[in-house]
Order: sequence, then structure tokens, then C-alpha cells
Amino acid sequence: MRKSVKAVLLLEDGTEFHGYSFGSDKSTAGEVVFNTAMTGYPESLTDPSYEGQILVTTFPLLGNYGVPPQQSQGDLSKYYEGDRIHCRAIIAQDYSWEHSHWLATRSLSDWLKEQGVAGIYGIDTRALAKHLREKGSMLGKVIIGDDKAEDIDWYDPNKENLVAKTSCTAVEEYGQGDKTVVLVDCGVKHNIVRCLSKRGVKVVRVPWDYDFTTIPYDGLFISNGPGNPDMAQATVDNLRKAMEIGKPICGICMGNQLLAKAAGATTYKLKYGHRSHNQPVQRVGTNTCFVTSQNHGFAVDGDTLPADWEPLFINMNDGTNEGIRHKSKPFFSAQFHPEASSGPKDTEFLFDEFIAML
Amino acid sequence: MTDHNIKKVLLLGSGALKIGEAGEFDYSGSQALKAMKEEGITTVLINPNIATVQTSDGFADQIYFLPVTPYFVEKVISKERPDGILLAFGGQTALNCGVELQRSGVLEKYGVKVLGTPVRAIEETEDRELFVKKLDEIDVKTIKSQAVDTVDQAIEVANTLGYPVIVRAAYALGGLGSGFCDNDQQLRTLVEKALSFSPQVLVEKSLKGWKEVEYEVVRDCYDNCITVCNMENFDPLGIHTGESIVVAPSQTLSNEDYHYLRALAIKIVRHIGIVGECNVQYAFDPESMDYRVIEVNARLSRSSALASKATGYPLAFVAAKLGLGYGLMELRNSVTKDTSAFFEPALDYIVVKIPRWDLGKFHNVSREIGSSMKSVGEVMAIGRTFEEAIQKGLRMIGQGMHGFVENKNFEIKDIDHALQAPTDKRIFVIAKAMQQGYTVDRIHDLTKIDKWFLYRLQAIINTSRELEGYDTLESLPVELLRQAKQQGFSDFQVARSVLKDNMGTGEDANLLVRALRKKLGVVPVVKQIDTLAAEYPARTNYLYLTYNGSENDVQYLHDHRSIIVLGSGAYRIGSSVEFDWCSVNALLTVKEQGWRSVMINYNPETVSTDYDICDRLYFDELTFERVMDIYDLEQPHGAIVSVGGQIPNNLAMRLDQEGVNILGTSAKCIDNAEDRHKFSAMLDRLGIDQPRWRELTSLEDIEDFIDEVGYPVLVRPSYVLSGAAMNVCHNDDELKRFLRMAANVSKQHPVVVSAFIQNAKEIEMDAVAKDGEIVAYAISEHIEFAGVHSGDATIQFPAQKLYVETMRRIKKVSSHIAKALQITGPFNIQFLAKNNDIKVIECNLRASRSFPFVSKVLKINFIDLATRAMLGLDVQKPAKNAFDLDYVGIKASQFSFQRLQGADPVLGVDMTSTGEVGCIGIDSQEAILKSMLAVGQRIPKHSVLLSTGTPRQKAAMLDAAHMLHNHGYTIYATSGTCQFLNDNGIPAIRVYWPSQPDMHPQALELLHSRKIDMVVNIPKNQSSTELSNGYKIRRAAIDLNIPLLTNARLASAFIEAFCSMTLDDIEIKSWQEY
Repeated sequence: MRKSVKAVLLLEDGTEFHGYSFGSDKSTAGEVVFNTAMTGYPESLTDPSYEGQILVTTFPLLGNYGVPPQQSQGDLSKYYEGDRIHCRAIIAQDYSWEHSHWLATRSLSDWLKEQGVAGIYGIDTRALAKHLREKGSMLGKVIIGDDKAEDIDWYDPNKENLVAKTSCTAVEEYGQGDKTVVLVDCGVKHNIVRCLSKRGVKVVRVPWDYDFTTIPYDGLFISNGPGNPDMAQATVDNLRKAMEIGKPICGICMGNQLLAKAAGATTYKLKYGHRSHNQPVQRVGTNTCFVTSQNHGFAVDGDTLPADWEPLFINMNDGTNEGIRHKSKPFFSAQFHPEASSGPKDTEFLFDEFIAML
Repeated sequence: MTDHNIKKVLLLGSGALKIGEAGEFDYSGSQALKAMKEEGITTVLINPNIATVQTSDGFADQIYFLPVTPYFVEKVISKERPDGILLAFGGQTALNCGVELQRSGVLEKYGVKVLGTPVRAIEETEDRELFVKKLDEIDVKTIKSQAVDTVDQAIEVANTLGYPVIVRAAYALGGLGSGFCDNDQQLRTLVEKALSFSPQVLVEKSLKGWKEVEYEVVRDCYDNCITVCNMENFDPLGIHTGESIVVAPSQTLSNEDYHYLRALAIKIVRHIGIVGECNVQYAFDPESMDYRVIEVNARLSRSSALASKATGYPLAFVAAKLGLGYGLMELRNSVTKDTSAFFEPALDYIVVKIPRWDLGKFHNVSREIGSSMKSVGEVMAIGRTFEEAIQKGLRMIGQGMHGFVENKNFEIKDIDHALQAPTDKRIFVIAKAMQQGYTVDRIHDLTKIDKWFLYRLQAIINTSRELEGYDTLESLPVELLRQAKQQGFSDFQVARSVLKDNMGTGEDANLLVRALRKKLGVVPVVKQIDTLAAEYPARTNYLYLTYNGSENDVQYLHDHRSIIVLGSGAYRIGSSVEFDWCSVNALLTVKEQGWRSVMINYNPETVSTDYDICDRLYFDELTFERVMDIYDLEQPHGAIVSVGGQIPNNLAMRLDQEGVNILGTSAKCIDNAEDRHKFSAMLDRLGIDQPRWRELTSLEDIEDFIDEVGYPVLVRPSYVLSGAAMNVCHNDDELKRFLRMAANVSKQHPVVVSAFIQNAKEIEMDAVAKDGEIVAYAISEHIEFAGVHSGDATIQFPAQKLYVETMRRIKKVSSHIAKALQITGPFNIQFLAKNNDIKVIECNLRASRSFPFVSKVLKINFIDLATRAMLGLDVQKPAKNAFDLDYVGIKASQFSFQRLQGADPVLGVDMTSTGEVGCIGIDSQEAILKSMLAVGQRIPKHSVLLSTGTPRQKAAMLDAAHMLHNHGYTIYATSGTCQFLNDNGIPAIRVYWPSQPDMHPQALELLHSRKIDMVVNIPKNQSSTELSNGYKIRRAAIDLNIPLLTNARLASAFIEAFCSMTLDDIEIKSWQEY
């Protein structure tokens, strides 16, 4: 038998789940969330939106296809969604110690160890997901080996400005093109940059609180990002100015929430969020539906949208807001991830719709 | 927005079960009928497969037990005048029939609208050339192949592409006529054969070694598209997906791979314009993201049935609704009830499908598997590790294996070769190779199976080695025991690995491990399949057990108000859809009587594993261990073991010993019927006659016994080396040859020898009893004389040609047996009758294969009666009986010899048919004609080749030969037969045997040049396995798709039928109208 180090996930309500470590031996804490996707752990782990979170995968097997190389293309990672792993830990039922994929250069275990991120297997993640579904997302501690739970502090990422933590600190440019898109980095996934720049526009990536109204642009793009949208008031303030300017605006995920706030609507925390590859959304007023990739804990309260705004998409499972648009101006946003990575690419056409507005 | 003009819909079924088209279409058709019913639409069903659930009361409004051919479908259309037709739910049979009806203008003539995917789109997926062109339009890569219609063209193309090439026949089900060729000679043979089925054959470059991946895609008329499931083949390209172990979801694809292929699938489906369900198959390069689309199936398929069961998403039901014009967003997820049907299931478990082969039943058939399908059934195993799922699955296939390891040892001469050239045993060859120290890399090089799968199999080997390091169960560390259980080890495997040769009977050792586990708290948990991986609450009753979990999803009431029905497991030769029908009907009665119905079964092709047919479905093993696990959890009132065929029947004794309340006939009485010695003694006591038999352990003893009873004898070895399990031997030579080849006679492996009575009638008694008294019964007779397995025989009900005296005796003997065994529930007794003497040859205290047939012909549901009896309810004797019927039912067998290259298509004492039909007619002749046409026979146009065996058989066929002659058929006959016919005043043209190649006309030549359109070839004896003249003719007939009959009595019956009536004389009457 493999001599694995024991590991425990302790939830803030006192529930314990026992398993074994396959990652870093550093104990940690964060907010425990579950994702029902069946693929995409390298993308999810590096997704800045998971900053401060402990990711539970309901698909029981993890690590089958290893991890692709850390390789850069320009200033972007070729295979990852960020420069590093943003999750604090990852938890699964069964870890595959051996992997097999032509692109893999190492195992998930080795990568987690290198990045100092915990991994636990041997936990009934279905039972854990049901627990979170019933009680709501909660904080958790991952205790490795003989570490003591009391030596680790609880960590609530929603009390911190994670947008600031994951945003770039200086302006960066990508790609070439006649048109310029300012991308406000609230913790942007690299694939958003790729999706924009491959459409032949120049992307100017700016920090979350940068006053982009001072620079020339043809369109504005507000990225995804981690945590509570209330923390990113600076972005909301700048957005209000941009709405005065009137040039096309598009947002994704956190971008949807910030655009809604700038319009005057409010946001709230979902009981346990949407994290999966199979969220169905319907374009309001049409018979057109999409399977979307999602990763968010907060949502826009559609009822609070002002009169000149309307919902663009709604979630077909629970009716929550999945996107908004201005009734007359070229402003729209989506709560889901048209850039996918990981997940289905069915809504990538939204980038085309945005580019067409410029 | 649905089409409100559709008030009546015709659904085409797939007919008899055959290799490539099995129970999955009963499931999908039943779902479609359910969907129509929910909409208030009248349904008409054409399906001659009488044993199916879909052809039962309450599923369709009008059911026609008629062949699914354009001729009969048109007749039904003109009578019923449906508004719409569903083509996607009856496999390739229904699809091909629909395409023909569209082409010939029949659908237009009667104003019948094709619901769902339009015929144009179907044609674009079926015709390879159109298909490639269509996908070229959107720059999707296909396997470029060239269509040829002659052998020479094929060779030219192959030489341009370079070998190896793959050959496919267009419009063929399950890869019929397909195969790989390495040289001109192989190509020539294969193409010639393929051209006999299909006007067009495709030659293409082989991509052996690539991964094979499939997506199940659903699209509605609003262009909304989802992929419900993806699946990955364990075996790389080169092995037909029906022959491959398959996992869902894919395990070795990265997110990028998965979604790249998913997006392509959606693009393809949109471009083709599918409305409903469809399947896209890819070849995927293991070293890059290069791909080729292998094919698109524009209909429900085996894969879609599997995907439905694997995910809980009711594909056929939804596809049927989409055909009516619904959008996906307008339909609900039937598992969660609150979420939308527009979504893609998220699995939190892994599913492994394993095919079930029965190649051992056939003479001369190759064990190698490849691009053409040979398997007869499949199982689906669910687990939360790959190891757990595959080990479960390897037990489920029911070939005596205990999992991946700890199986009986078997010899492999050349492991390298056995890995390279896959057979039905390859997975066990991998186990053997690993045990002998082959590395994962080496096995990968030889098999091209992705290393990930091999690593996981290696993990099982590693655990078994660790277990083997212990000698007592008590010394086993609990963590190791738990790990073994998490990797799917059964208690038996644990016991064998630890106790080795000291385990005594496996049964005791099982109980020891079980007790130890329970003491240590190593017990499985129950998980739900909820389509959304726990994201939303679901009140689903679709369950499986796993050791990879810490919590049950189900809160048990332990109120003893549930009843467990044990299902029938994998379809195999001898046990298929008929037991699904029995199981489903038992569940329905259990529920109707106010109990909670609980099903255990693991066959994804069945209706009994549809989660809305019962209150709780355990999609899990039918082993003693697992049934006890479920019994412990469920604490039911009792269990029904008599409706699922032999698997549950065999468990009765052991379950009873553990205190399970077996409903109906007691386990002890079941054993008294199953145990040959006890049963025989009982018959002697009751003064009931039986053929003389003895269990013998040496050749001398066998010879002594034969001296007493005389030849021929029926020989049944208890241990089979190869080939069929039993045989009739007519002389010393045959006996010795059979014993040498097939059996190993010894004290450990006795052989049962019984007197074989020639020219006797075989009669079936299907009945239901309560407390030892018969409540209802049905007596049917075989058309063939005894010697043809009852599963292969053509059966007539009510019996038409039995003496009243014989019937009376059968009833009396059956009553005695029912009383002696205190039967409560279903049972079946087989009799031999000669003159008025009857002998009992077999008795099963369970439902038999013919239960659905007799129930439907008699219109009395025997399983409902049996279930009521087992529940202890009062059962009224039905008022009517077989004498009241003014019609006749014929059950005929479907053979799949075309699929089984080299197999000798003869009938014998071992069963070889894969399915059956049951047709009703106003008399025997009409019923025979319908049923023979329904199993693929055709009425010959001009000429028949007769080769009619022994003098006795020749005489038996004389009347039929006269009729053929009088109807203007040209009769060709081999030497003896020709002589006999001429002597009796019937002109016949002599043809020469294949062993006389220089003489003309030559039988094979005539067949190849299509001068003959029916062959009657009666083998002289049934034991010869060598290549013989007769074999060559029979095989040529099969390979060239020329109707073949090999039994004199059946051939006579068929010939008499088509000579005395024409197709137009056949009445088009639904079951309800009889």
C-alpha cells in the first residue's frame, strides 16, 4: 500500500472529512467550494477567480492526464489561466498517481508540491458537495499530517480585496490591431486575453483600479475575478465614467457584477454558487439556449436593474441572472464564461458580438 | 411549439434481437412510446419481437407482430393512416426501412410525416460519399475512403492508399461485412462478401492505434444543442465500439481535447440538421489533437442506450419529444424534476461497459475481435474508481470470472501474440501478462491501449500481490482490506488471494470475509445517479453501491414494505429480452399490489433498468455478495428470484441459507428441481418417465452405459475444453472425437450421458402454480423434432398437432410435479412425446424463455399471475384456455451467423440463436410465413437448392419438394437428393459438391452467381466439426445472404406455407384485433 500522509478537511461547522495528502505538506485554510466539472483541473487551479478557495471536485478521479508544461506565449501562459495556482487546496475522491497524456510534463501531485498547494484524496466529495449544498459554502481548514487544527487560522477570502490581489499592477499590451480594447484586470483568466487578441484587436490590460477613461480606446472589457464584487468599488466608479463616454462595454463574471453595480443594480452571495461546465442559460426573449462554464459565488439581483437595462441571459435551473444589457447603448455582460477554459466553448461568439460593436 | 396535427404515430421496432441490434431498441422504443402517450398521441407499433416490453399491453395502442419491411409497413400505413412516423428508435432495421419508404414515395402517398431527423439527413450520414462531402463543406476531417462496387476497384484503391486498409459496407448494421486487410488476398475475400450485402463497399486507410471517442448529441428544432455524454473506448481504434470496453466519461482526454471534440460534434450535428439524438464517433490521435470523424449515427443506438443509463438522461424519451417539435428548454430533467432538460449531465462516478461474447457456442468461429461486431450483449458497471467499475463489470459478464484477478488459471501459449491480436479474452491476457512481469510500457506497445488504463489495472495487480502476502484473514490490515474493496475486489477475490488453496468451498470463504468486513465496518455505501453530481437536490431512485464513499444517499425506512426482484443480467445466447419482460411485469405487479418495487440488474439494454419502472433501481451486481449487501440495506419483505432466468435462480439456495425470504417456491424445492440426481429420483418416485441417463467418470463406464441404451446419446460434459457444451453422438467415432476435443472425463469432471430419442416431438409446458396447484398453463409444441435446442426451435402455441391424450398426460404429469415441488410461481417443463409416451427432459422452477410468447398469444399475463401467487394473494384461474383461441402463434428464432465469420450455421442441442420473433396468424401456415419473413427469410423467386440429408429426412421433405415443383421453382439438388427426387418423379438439376470442383454445375458457383435464391441443406449428423461439403454450402449461403434452412421439418413447413399462400393473402391485423 502507498504510505500516504493523512489529511483532514475541517469545516467551520465542525464537520470533518478524512483522507490522504497528495500535494504540498503545508496545512492551509480557505473557503470550501465544489465544482462538478469532469475535466479541466489545470485551468481551474490557475483560474484567479478561485483565489483563496479550497476546490472540491465532485468527479471522483483526478490527475489522469497530468499537467501540461508551464510554457509562455508572449506574456501569457500557453496552457494555464494564470501565472500560478490560485486555489489553496484541491480535494477529490481518488487521485491517479500515474498519468498519461502526450502534453503532460509532470503529475498533478508534483505540481501542487512545487506550488505549495495542498491536495487531498480519499474523501467522499459527493457527501461533501451535498453538505455544502445544504449548508452553503463555508470556510474550511486543510490539516496535513500531524499539524494541529488550532495552529491554522480560518481564512475568509470574501473579506479581502481579492481583485486587488490578483490584478496586474502595471499596464500591459497584447496583440496588434486597428481597434484598441481596454481590458480591466480584476483577476483575468488568460483565455480572455487570448480570445480578444486572436480577433485582431490590440488589448491593453490595465489594473483593476486604473482610470482607463484617461486613455483612448474603442471598447472596454471587464474581466472575471475572485471574491466579493463590493470590494472593487474603484472599478465600478471608473465604469460609471465609461458609461458616460458610451463606447462599447462588455463584462464577464465579476465584470457582469461590476457593470450591474455601475448601472445601479445590486449583487448578493449565492448559497453555494455555480461552479460547473453544464450550466444552462437562455437568451431572454428567445428560444436560444447555451451550455456554459461557470464559476461564481455572487450574482446580480435582476430585480434591481434600472429601467434602461434588461436581463440578457437567465439560468434555466434556478432562474438567477446570467447577463445584462443596456436597452439602447452597446453595453452587455455575461455571468458565465464565454472564454470557457475550462468548459464548453459554445458562447465564444459573444466576443465576436463585442468586436462587431467596435 | 409542437405540431398539433400529429394525432397518430407509427413507430418501427427493430425486430428480433441479433448481433448488432439487441435489447437497446426495446428500451428506446418503449421510451418513445411513453413520450407519445404523455402527449395523448395514439401509437401504432410494428415489431415482431413478441418478447419485448414495448410490445406489451399499455405501451402502444395498436401492436403489429409483423416483419419490419417496406412491404408490411406500407400495408400497416394504408390501414392505420398515421400522421407521423418515428424511424430513429428501431435501430438500423427501422432506419433502412424508413429510407426505402421515403424513396419509394410511400410516405408521401399516405401523407406520413417523418418526425425528428429528416430522411435527407439520415441519408447523408448513411451514404459514405455523401457524408464525406457534407463534412468537407464545414472542413471537418473524415476518414477518406473510396467507394467501390467491384473487387478489382477495391484492390486498386487499396494499393494507392497502402495497406493496412479497412473495408466497410454501406447501409449495414454494427459493422457487418467490415474488416481490416493487410494484403490483396484478404481484401478480395472480404470485399466479395461485403458486396453481397451492400451495393457499395468502402475502402479506407486504417488508423489502428488511435483512440476512439464518442459523443451523444441532442439537437432541437431551435438549433439548441447539447452533448449528453462522451465515452472513450478502452480498446483503441480497430475494435468495433460494440466489441470494446468503453468508459464514460472519457478518462484520458484533457479539458482541451474533450471540448475540442465536443464543439466539433455540435458543429457536425447542426450542419447535418439532426432533430433528436445522434452519435458522433471519432478517431483521435494519442500524440496530438488530430482527429477523424468515423461516423455519425442519426438515430438512437447502442451507445445512446448506454449513455442514457450512464448519465440518467432519458435520451430516447427526449428525442421523441423533440420529434414532435418541442424545444429542449420546454422539457424538464426527469431525474431532478425541477431543472431543465437543456443541460449536460455531470457524472460523479465512472461507468464501464463490457461486451459479452458467446463465441464458445459456435463451431469454427474465430475468437478474434475486430471491426465487425460479434458480442451478443453487454453490461454496465458503476463505480467511483476505474478499478472498482471494471472489476464489477468483469464479474457481471458472467463468464465465471471473479474480476480482473484471482480467476481460474488459463493457458496462453503466446502472450505477445494474444495481446496484439485481441480476442474476447484480451483483458484477462493483460492480467496474465502483468502477473508475469510485463511492464505497462510493453503492454502498451503491443496493444496501444492508453497507459492510463493499464496503470489502473496494474494497481489491481499490485493490491492482489499485497493480499497474497498474508495467509490468514485475521492478519489482514483493515486499510488493505478497504483498499481492495475500493478497487472492486469481491469477498471471493480477497478470500482466494489470502487463503489460496486453503479456502475450502468458495462459499464458506466468502462468508468469512463478509463477517470480517462487517465487524471492521468495511461496508459499501449507496449513491444516487442524479445527473448533476449533487449540485441540485434530486429525488432519484437510481442507485449503485460503492466502497469509495462515506455516506449513504438513501435514508432507509426498514419497514419491510419493499420487494426485491432480481433481474437477468447480460443478454447472452439463451437469456435475453424475454427475462427483461418477465422482470418488468413482476415489478409492475409488485407495485400495483402496494409494495415498493426494487430492481437489481446491470444490463444497460433493458427496460427493467429504466429508473421509472420501479421504486428503486440498484444498477449493480447480481452476485450473492452484492444482493446480500442490498438486502442488508433495504431489509425488504422478500425477494423474487424466478423471473430473471438462471442467474437469480442459481442464487436461491445461498440467499435462503442467509435468511433471505425467497418469495414463491422454496429454495429447497428449487434445488430439488435443479439437482439432476434429486430431480430424477423424484420422478422415479412419482412414476414419471424420463430418458435414461447416468453421470459417468470414465470412458469405459460410458461405453457400458451406451451398450445398455444404444446410440444415439446426448453427452453433456461438466467441464468444457472448447466448443459447444453438449453434443449428440451417433456412433463410437463421434463419441470419441467429441470427448477428445471437447471434454475431459475424470472423477472431477463427470460427463452426463443420456439416451437420445429420435424423431420425438418436443413439448413445452409453461405454467403458474400456487401452493403446488397449477393455476394457468400453456402447452406448446416444437415444429422441429427433439434435438434442436428449445431456444432455437420454432414453437407453435397452442399446440396444433398433439393427441388429446398426450395433452392430458402432460397436464397430469405437470400437476404431479407442481404438487411434489410445492410450486408457487412460474415454472416450465419440457417433454418428449413419441406416440403417446411422454418423458420429462427438463424442469425449471422459474419463468422460461417462452413466457412472454404464451402470455401474449393467450392474452393472459403469466408473470402477473405468478407474481400475485408469490405475494400470497388469491389467484383466480383464468376463465379461458388455449382451446378457445381461433388463431395460432409461432415463435421463430433469429440467428446471427452472418456476423460470426466461419461459424457453421447448423442447429443442434446447444443454443445458437440470438433472438426470436412471435407472430400470430389465422392458422399455422400464415403464422409460419409471417414469422419466417420476420427473421429474415425470403420467399424464393425462381430456384431452390436442396440437399436433404439422410433417407428419412429426404422422405420427410418429399411433399415440400413436390410443392416447389408444382409452383414452378427450378430445383437444384446434390447427388443423393437429386436421385431421390427423380425417382419420385420430381425433376431436379444435379449439382456437384464443393469437393468436386471440376464438375459442373458446381453448388458454390451457382450460389456466387446468384442462380439460387434459397438453400435447404440438412446436415447428415450434427457432430461433425470439420470442414465438409455441407459446411461450405451452408457457409456460402450465409456469407452471400441467401436464405438457408437446415432442418427438414421447418423447411417443409416454410415451403408449404409460401406455396399455399402469397404475401397478399397475409392478413394485416394487430394483436388487439385477434
